[in-house]
Amino acid sequence: MPGPDRTILRDALTISVAVGVIGISFGVIATGRGVSVLEAQAMSLFVFAGASQFVLVAGVGSSLAAAVVAALLLNSRHVAYGLSLAPVLRGPRWRRAAASHVVIDESTAYALAQDDPARSRQGFFAVGLLLFTCWQAGTAIGAAAGTAIDYEAFGIDAAFPAALLALVAPQLRDRTARIAGFAGIAIALVATEIAPRGLPIALAALGVLVGLGVERARR
Amino acid sequence: MSWWAIATLALGTYAMKAVGPVVLGSRTPSPALTRLFSLTASTLLVAVVALATFAPTDELGVDGPLIAGVTAAAAATARRAPFAIVVLVAAGVTAALRAIS
Repeated sequence: MPGPDRTILRDALTISVAVGVIGISFGVIATGRGVSVLEAQAMSLFVFAGASQFVLVAGVGSSLAAAVVAALLLNSRHVAYGLSLAPVLRGPRWRRAAASHVVIDESTAYALAQDDPARSRQGFFAVGLLLFTCWQAGTAIGAAAGTAIDYEAFGIDAAFPAALLALVAPQLRDRTARIAGFAGIAIALVATEIAPRGLPIALAALGVLVGLGVERARR
Repeated sequence: MSWWAIATLALGTYAMKAVGPVVLGSRTPSPALTRLFSLTASTLLVAVVALATFAPTDELGVDGPLIAGVTAAAAATARRAPFAIVVLVAAGVTAALRAIS
């Protein structure tokens, strides 16, 4: 079986290195708040969902239980991601189960952006595995080094949403997807003001109902 | 930090990631369900972009360089720029605006 083509590898490397720098930040922030090096690495290894890891660390010293709830809510979007990827992740159950660990924003978006199932598979695994590796390395470096890298100075915090936007753009050619997206954004931004942490992104899924409702009404 | 918290988040997160592939995997969902799933995924991704741009610290906020960087990336995307370029444009514009402000 031929390996993934160079475009996929280049794209995967780009996003993985960028997010890996955020991983360094996570290592620094986590250990800065009293999380041990082992705990920080365990989070990156076994949770492997950046935003929720930051949320959990934020709960240290205040309410860890509330932070766990918020983090789980934040991660509820992965249910939709996994469901959308099921056709791409074929093979025996154990392999599907193993591959599921790297179902994240970036690998999902990359797979969805491809035109054929073969490229979706290659893209999913290239992004998923490379990003996983860079995330572990970043966490380890940050936790050990302890000095802050000002990743905002490098614009890395813009790189992450930019990458997702570039990948999801083809889906937005569909009118219903655009309407659902706008509704989801509106819900998420309003909810950020009034709802507890983690809830806004979960509520954003309701945008789908708006999109489908408009589509049905226009028939 | 407690190991219970980490384990709970890890197991819960993994369960959420895996339920689709593990439960559905051997069956192809109907076209309607397939569309629903990818529509939900794309809606959530778009919302993640918006939150990362307009509420990076969990509160609504206007971070000029950040918004400018993501906007520049959107423009590059609309012009069909390659993925790596879009990412570099976002980082570059944001970094440059921060450097001069």
